[in-house]
Amino acid sequence: MSDLSTILQDSVVDAYRHRRPLQILGGNTKRFYGRQPSGGQLEVGSHTGIINYEPTELVITARAGTTLSEIETVLAQNNQMLPFEPPRFGAAATLGGTVACNLSGPRRPYAGSVRDYVLGVKLLNGKGEILHFGGEVMKNVAGYDVSRLMSGAMGTMGVLLEISLKVLPRADDECTLIMELDEALAIRQIAHYAREALPISASLYDGNRLYVRLCGTARSVGMAKLKIGGDQLPLNDSFWSRINEHTHAFFDSPQPLWRLSLAPYTAPLKLHGKWLLDWGGAQRWLLSDEPAEKIRAAAEQAGGHACLFRNGDREAEIFHPLPAKMLALHHRLKHAFDPHGILNPGRMYKEL
Amino acid sequence: MASDKNDLLNELYRLLPRDSVLHETEDLHPYECDGLSAYRKLPLVVVLPETVEQVQAILRLCYAREVPVVARGAGTGLSGGALPLENGVLLSLARFKHILEIDPDNRLARVQPGVRNLAISQACVEHNLYYAPDPSSQIACTIGGNVAENSGGVHCLKYGLTVHNINQLKVVMMDGELVTIGGGGLDSPGYDLLALMTGSEGMLGVIVEVTVKLLPIPQRAQVVLAAFDDVEKAGAAVGDIISAGVIPAGLEMMDGLAIKAAEDFVHAGYPVDAAAILLCEIDGTNEDVSEHILTVHDILKKSGAIEIRTAKDEQERLNFWKGRKAAFPAVGRISPDYYCMDGTIPRKSLPQVLKAIADMSAEYKLPVANVFHAGDGNLHPLILYDANIPGELQRTEEFGGKILELCVKVGGTITGEHGVGMEKINQMCVQFNSVELQQFHAVKAAFDEKCLLNPGKAVPTLHRCAEFGAMHVHHGEMAFPDLERF
Ligand SMILES: Cc1cc2nc3c(=O)[nH]c(=O)nc-3n(C[C@H](O)[C@H](O)[C@H](O)COP(=O)(O)OP(=O)(O)OC[C@H]3O[C@@H](n4cnc5c(N)ncnc54)[C@H](O)[C@@H]3O)c2cc1C
Repeated sequence: MSDLSTILQDSVVDAYRHRRPLQILGGNTKRFYGRQPSGGQLEVGSHTGIINYEPTELVITARAGTTLSEIETVLAQNNQMLPFEPPRFGAAATLGGTVACNLSGPRRPYAGSVRDYVLGVKLLNGKGEILHFGGEVMKNVAGYDVSRLMSGAMGTMGVLLEISLKVLPRADDECTLIMELDEALAIRQIAHYAREALPISASLYDGNRLYVRLCGTARSVGMAKLKIGGDQLPLNDSFWSRINEHTHAFFDSPQPLWRLSLAPYTAPLKLHGKWLLDWGGAQRWLLSDEPAEKIRAAAEQAGGHACLFRNGDREAEIFHPLPAKMLALHHRLKHAFDPHGILNPGRMYKEL
Repeated sequence: MASDKNDLLNELYRLLPRDSVLHETEDLHPYECDGLSAYRKLPLVVVLPETVEQVQAILRLCYAREVPVVARGAGTGLSGGALPLENGVLLSLARFKHILEIDPDNRLARVQPGVRNLAISQACVEHNLYYAPDPSSQIACTIGGNVAENSGGVHCLKYGLTVHNINQLKVVMMDGELVTIGGGGLDSPGYDLLALMTGSEGMLGVIVEVTVKLLPIPQRAQVVLAAFDDVEKAGAAVGDIISAGVIPAGLEMMDGLAIKAAEDFVHAGYPVDAAAILLCEIDGTNEDVSEHILTVHDILKKSGAIEIRTAKDEQERLNFWKGRKAAFPAVGRISPDYYCMDGTIPRKSLPQVLKAIADMSAEYKLPVANVFHAGDGNLHPLILYDANIPGELQRTEEFGGKILELCVKVGGTITGEHGVGMEKINQMCVQFNSVELQQFHAVKAAFDEKCLLNPGKAVPTLHRCAEFGAMHVHHGEMAFPDLERF
């Protein structure tokens, strides 16, 4: 538990004065993600500690360097959880990095993403000013929603210092069902379940089998089991964690790993490679050597976007290119927070 | 001025059919205020476009001529957000009424901004789907207004606010350019502009299309009504339910005055001698509802409820809610005027804040009826007053301001869902310090560098804050240490 706000502020003020770029570092577990960082290191990983946690308020506030593992342990002691089931990609993963990358796990389509649970932040902008937005209450519409704007901005508009999140109780019971299906049928089946108000908390298709995870009271999980059918995954199987952490055999490949974000009901895309459909079809992993332009065009045509999540050329654009008008708006917004462009420059888009 | 107006009218007539431009005083009156009728102003002209191209053309024209623009949905806003500007164009989205597409397989509906909130759910019933956020004004308010205010409703405790329930927006920027924000999937590349637009009170762009997420209609919903002889006990029961690991679909509270007003108005069957009632709705699968309703029943008994009723059928459930949803108009019947506040506080401060409001009510000699989204700590104290009594509105506003400042002091916010608009502009100086406000202005400038969209609302100038002389009480920091006094 240590508060490094002043030291971090001094560093940013100094960098602002001298127009020196900074790369913001938490637990260094997501260095593979986004474009290659450059600039002097600003270490936020030692700015740690849970500042406020009141289970009855369903809110936790912690410094950005606090590890996910510490936060999730404390929540579990109170039978609560981070509903967005964040991947860690390493033991040192911090809360700040998780919010900056907006990374959510298998529960995302049914419970929401990191940004959905962000209630407030304290941040350093690119001038070294410490600012608070949002707070610790569930509803707050005073001023623009800067807290959520910071989620997924990859630290390009502010250094996150503290974050308040909404948390939820854990469900009593859980169980995963497996059935063998072809891809088109699996996509239809997931859509069908989603319209039935079943207690589903994850669904995934691995190319042969559909996995459906149920969460709820013991009785409602029991009823849903009967309704859906299929085989049951052993309770102690770490399947979902291996998927979430990319330690599942599917991810064991040096090939470029693409993440396609699509409307869940999108028909299978005609791109060569190995597919894994998570988030009920809304997040599709693709291991493929197809050219980036082809993958992006296919995703775009289907109304979605594609990101080169891992491997491949990290100097090129990683995230889906923005239309010119949008990119210009992003520039102006970045400039509004970071006028000298010193915060994680180029980490998200080359010119941002 | 007059010739400016004529020039503008002539140009507007070139872009729009005759009946889409209003400028005679009697035609302007219906637009002079929103739901906060204490603030009124006539706009220079009202335009009623029907197509996105027309909206683009209007904004292009106003951008070139530097004429300010205020967007308007149904005008049910409670903070003066859609209050016109004398020298400005009021842009009504009332003619954008079409549901463009329902996609049941992706559980999405693409609609025009002037579609009423409730109309979306009604159109989706046949697919067993609905749109979750349900402001009490849902029969009238528009989805565009909901996005602009990030509106909530009695069910947002479990299902979230507008920001959690939309996928994509089409927005016309002040210079007339059309941009798409968000996308078909669950996220989109770049910054989260969808979150930034939501709740931005018409300051960043004009929303011309909204894609909302739909949810399956729950198998079952059940509501429990619990009566208490003491408001604080009711407040404590709210925390007890949440800490038992139950997330109700809705958890609402009304105090004695609100109960009586609602009962007189819609005959919901409320216990009129109770000091407070809680309405706790559980929804989900049959099994989950059966189990959680028992848990809630037990908790309420232990928390000292004097009466607990479970709605015996759908009719009674709707009746219980009818009283709550009609609470504002019901209070409107017992007082010439009322003023609705919207602070949010941590739930644990509920008893303390309610007590302080009661004390201030006695001090200001103005009765208060309390209606609120207790589950999320979002208060709606309704201050009863009579605008015809000289000075009473002023006293009411001062009292209201004190309530909001108290909300900030206990770690809450001045507005949970109604927005800042014109109304809470001074209290923004209490909640935010000068660098934070400057950051907001910089965000606005990134979208609207000439500051023509709804200028003067939502974010106060530093000058205004200095004149208001507010103490910035957030996190114990000093107000405007770096600002000269004027
Ligand atoms: C009886 C009553 C009960 C209410 N209950 C609730 C409640 O339970 N929860 C809640 O959250 N609110 C509630 N409200 C407040 C109000 O209904 C909401 O704020 C609603 O979202 C406003 O929608 P509208 O269409 O009337 O918007 P308007 O009042 O017309 O406008 C509101 C703001 O949005 C902007 N705007 C409108 N349309 C657009 C657009 N297309 N593009 C850009 N900006 C736009 C306007 O400029 C203005 O700033 C209640 C109001 C009343 C009168």
